Amino acid sequence: MNDPLHQFEIHRLIPLHLAGVDLSFTNSALFMMLAVGAASLFLLGGVRKPQAVPSRWQSMVEMVYSYIGTVLEETTGMEGRPYFPFIFTLFLFILTGNLLGMIPYSFTFTSQIVVTFGLAMISFGLCTLVGFWRHGVHYFSLFVPPGAPIYMLPLIVPIEILSYLSRPVSLAIRLFANMMAGHTMLKVFAGFTVALGFYGLAPLCVNSILTAFEVLVAVLQAYVFTILTCIYLRDALYLH
Amino acid sequence: MDMEAARMIGAGLAVVALAGVGLGIGLIFSALINAIGRNPSAREQLFPIGILGFALTEAVALFALLIAFLILFK
Repeated sequence: MNDPLHQFEIHRLIPLHLAGVDLSFTNSALFMMLAVGAASLFLLGGVRKPQAVPSRWQSMVEMVYSYIGTVLEETTGMEGRPYFPFIFTLFLFILTGNLLGMIPYSFTFTSQIVVTFGLAMISFGLCTLVGFWRHGVHYFSLFVPPGAPIYMLPLIVPIEILSYLSRPVSLAIRLFANMMAGHTMLKVFAGFTVALGFYGLAPLCVNSILTAFEVLVAVLQAYVFTILTCIYLRDALYLH
Repeated sequence: MDMEAARMIGAGLAVVALAGVGLGIGLIFSALINAIGRNPSAREQLFPIGILGFALTEAVALFALLIAFLILFK
C-alpha cells in the first residue's frame, strides 16, 4: 500500500535547468495550466453565443460572475469595483484547482504550500500597495485602533502589526492544510477499504460521504480565500 | 524514552487542540440555530456567515493536524 502522502509528491515531467535554477515543468505546473484552461473553457463556452434568455451553461457563468460581484460589493462597496477582475480570477483559479484535485489520480496544486503562499502573498501585496497608494504614510494608522487609550498603545500597536503580518501566513496555511488534510483522510480510508477485504464496505461508505464533504470544502475554501482577500482590501481602501 | 514513542505521544498531544475546535464549532452552530429559530426569515443572510465561521474554526483543527503530521512523518 502506498504512503497516504505519496499523492503530494512533485515529479519533473520536462527537466529544465537554467543557470543553476531548477525551472522544470512539473506535474504541479501541468495541473495549474489545466486549471487555467478549464476555467477559460467554462467562461468562454458560456458566453460564446450570449442570449437574453440564457442557456444553462450561460446562466451558470452568470451566476458565478454575479455572486463574486455581490460578495465584493457587500464587503468593499463601490470603491472595490476596479479590483473585481483580480478577485474573480483568484476565486476561479483556486476553485478549479481544488475541484480538479478531486478527480482520482490527479494532482492538487493547492495542497502545495508554495502555491498557496504565492497566492496569499499576491493578495497581501496588492492590499498593502493599494493602502499605501491611496493613503500614503497615513496607512500606518491601521495599526492604531480608534478609541484605544494612549497608555495601551505600546501594547496594542505591536499586536496589530503582528496580526497584519500574519495575514498571508494564515491565508496560505488555511487553504493548504484543508486540501492536504482532506486528501490524506480520503487516502487513509481508501487504505482501510483495501486492508479489510469484504468488511472494507464500511470504510468505503464513509469514503463516499467524505468525498462529498471534500467537494464542499473545495468550494468553501475558495470562497473563504476570496472573502478574506475582500476584507483585507476593505481595510486598505477605507482604514478601519 | 524511545524516540519513536516520544514522537507518537507528541503527535497525539498536538491534536488536543481539537477540544477547543469542537467547542467552537458547536458554539457557532448553536448560535446559528438560535438566530434562525428566532427569526426564520433571516436564514438567507445568516447561513453564509455561519459557514464562514465554521470554515475559519475548522482551519484551527487543520493547523493542529498539520503539526501532528509534521511530527509523525518528518
